[in-house]
Amino acid sequence: MLCNLCNKNPATVHLTEIIDDQMNELHLCEECARQKSAAMEQQFGLSDLLAGMVEFDKPVTAKEKEVSANLKCPHCGLTYADFKKIGRLGCGECYNAFRRYLGPLLKRIHGSIQHTGKSPLKVTKVLKKKIDLQELRNRLQKAILDEAFEEAAKLRDQIKKISPEQSSP
Amino acid sequence: MQLNDMVNHTSEWLKGSGPNSDIVISSRIRLARNLDKLSFPHWQSKEQGELVLNTIKDCLQNNDDLKRLTFFNLDDLDSVEKQFLVERHLMSLEHAQKKGSKAVAVDNEEVISIMINEEDHIRMQVMQSGFNLFEAWNIINKIDDILAKELNFAYSPDWGYLTACPTNAGTGMRGSVMLHLPALVMSRAIDRVLAAIAKLSFTTRGLYGEGTQATGNFFQISNQISLGPTEQEIIESINGLIRQIIEQENQAREALLSKNRPLLEDRINRSLGILKSARIISSQETVELLSMVRLGCDLNIFNDIDRRRVNELFIITLPAHLQKRENRNISSDERDLKRAELIRDKLNNN
Repeated sequence: MLCNLCNKNPATVHLTEIIDDQMNELHLCEECARQKSAAMEQQFGLSDLLAGMVEFDKPVTAKEKEVSANLKCPHCGLTYADFKKIGRLGCGECYNAFRRYLGPLLKRIHGSIQHTGKSPLKVTKVLKKKIDLQELRNRLQKAILDEAFEEAAKLRDQIKKISPEQSSP
Repeated sequence: MQLNDMVNHTSEWLKGSGPNSDIVISSRIRLARNLDKLSFPHWQSKEQGELVLNTIKDCLQNNDDLKRLTFFNLDDLDSVEKQFLVERHLMSLEHAQKKGSKAVAVDNEEVISIMINEEDHIRMQVMQSGFNLFEAWNIINKIDDILAKELNFAYSPDWGYLTACPTNAGTGMRGSVMLHLPALVMSRAIDRVLAAIAKLSFTTRGLYGEGTQATGNFFQISNQISLGPTEQEIIESINGLIRQIIEQENQAREALLSKNRPLLEDRINRSLGILKSARIISSQETVELLSMVRLGCDLNIFNDIDRRRVNELFIITLPAHLQKRENRNISSDERDLKRAELIRDKLNNN
């Protein structure tokens, strides 16, 4: 049997394609199969997979949909729609701009939204305070879930001490 | 060090030494970092790209520990030279192919490589021979500390290091271990092992990194999760998995030897025979046969072949290496001749 695409070389790769419930059988030579698989990979790369994951976050109401589509990073100008298309963010500030949608996405990718690894050495005092506060809040949440109320009260007081204006978890 | 000096030099990670080096070829840690407030490479203007490149270049060249690195601006390299660095695992294929202000800095031992303006502003990696992720981490952690003193990295306390793709956020770390698993492949147990790896949130890639097929029984296993656990915890989890795979490969090797020793020895010796006498050979066939010869070294079937020499052959028989050795562009057909000649020379003249 000759290859269905080039009609020159013998077909050694046999492919079944399903498009719109229509089943197609393709018999290809090695060279055409390689090109076809490269094209398929391009069609369905990592960014598409990511974009697919982002789609799960589809805003429910039409208004929210409009808001998310128009969301734009004030620093680099990348829109949330751009991110959905290319699967890459534009700059570090994008993480803040799209925070609401990225949190659930990161949770799905990594199973966590709290970094515990190393931090740059040049952490400023303000940042350090933010890190400590976040850590205490996480522990407070866990204590409440575990119904360890004594521990929770202690943590609440510590949070109050660091940041009097933001004591609620 | 110049590119031409590398042709006759063996990278540290190919030395075939280090823990479990009968099964583990190499261990690699890479960290992704970005400069704060500057657009990521795919979104940057030409001027921003140059700014990033020059900022990082200055930082490397003004530091006493890092100025020994050789700096290659990719605009100064031709396509064979770029491919040469890819074949040596010093930079990614993507880095070699995409346009823009790109560079890579490498040390003489080829342990450290720092790519500039790849998917992130900085992609640094440290490679070690054998099963040695923690040693790689110790080295790269120090380099990261040095860079962090000079550069402001994009970082958030809750989401860690911020990267172009959210799949790398957090630690920005990927630990990879390159394994040679011929017995699991021959005993057809490999699919079961790979399925288990995928279920545990690890990825498997081929010999030449992202997007490549596993060839010649080589598998590169790395973590998928980079946000949540600490770097040490990630390494521990990879190590735990790798230890189990090593155990399974060892069991499969023992089973093959006890059930089918003559058959296995025949296959290994035939592979060596072809390599020692072939006049025309493709890179695909070379990798497959060398894989068998390496297994022969690991099982002490040969005493007179140095594992390091076999490891070296995997790299020096690749297309850009053959062309660099000859110092000219060579067609694919002629490469198959030159490759066979080089292999015969290396294996027949111990």
